[in-house]
Amino acid sequence: MELVAFFVIAVVAVVSALGLVLRRNPIHGALFLVVNLGCVAVLYLLLGAEFLALAQVIIYAGAIMVLFVFAIMVLIPGKEETGPDPLRSQRLLALPLGALLLFEIGLILHSSVFMGAPHPGVRPGSAAPPTAAGGIQSVGRLLLGDYLLPFEVTSVLLLAALVGVLALAKRRAG
Amino acid sequence: MVPESYYTVLSAILFTIGVVGVLVRRNPLVIFMSIELMLNAANLALVAFGHRAGTADAQVLVFFVMTVAAAEVAVGLAIIVAIFRLQRRLSVDELSIMRW
Repeated sequence: MELVAFFVIAVVAVVSALGLVLRRNPIHGALFLVVNLGCVAVLYLLLGAEFLALAQVIIYAGAIMVLFVFAIMVLIPGKEETGPDPLRSQRLLALPLGALLLFEIGLILHSSVFMGAPHPGVRPGSAAPPTAAGGIQSVGRLLLGDYLLPFEVTSVLLLAALVGVLALAKRRAG
Repeated sequence: MVPESYYTVLSAILFTIGVVGVLVRRNPLVIFMSIELMLNAANLALVAFGHRAGTADAQVLVFFVMTVAAAEVAVGLAIIVAIFRLQRRLSVDELSIMRW
């Protein structure tokens, strides 16, 4: 059952990612990306990461994509990517290069993940890792315990981004 | 129970699609969205590995990646808007100046 759900979600995710790359209209691409982010959120749920699934929907599908759609609406020239492509020969190289990259990643995964020994964190004696390790409770404890300093630094980062965006977006006088 | 290797394979496929998107497209907004796609694929692999290791640390890391991505998108879109204001066109092939 879980396997069936995974394959359905995986197919939807790959198709929506291809839609983002192949559609000419950036708005369609943005909507495809929303579908893709939702699929990844469901995969997080399947992996038992409820907190991340919610954060994915709120931060990515909610905040970031609204920003993208807003920017597309502001900037859209209507006719996107028209005219002859000056770098067509280079772009045709992208597909074989992408296939090569996928092959390399597959090779690395094959040698290190599928065939490799179990993670050093998982002792051979305790075959099943603790199932409750990924719950919201443990994430919250880690976030406000071991990772408290990075968590606070994140707020400084967001403030810096806020000030930077204001400085960039401000129209220069005259 | 889905094996974690399936998630890593899916993550590799999504990452490659994002790379091809960055290489093929000319609109900086679409290139930016492809970068988000790659970030998501990396996050998915990270969560899958964390699931395999049985710890929640990977989830905290992914949460930080999401926050940094939010900041990155805000600044990046502001830069794209500023470039558009200066040049009135959006094509990465023509954006060769590094000053104004």
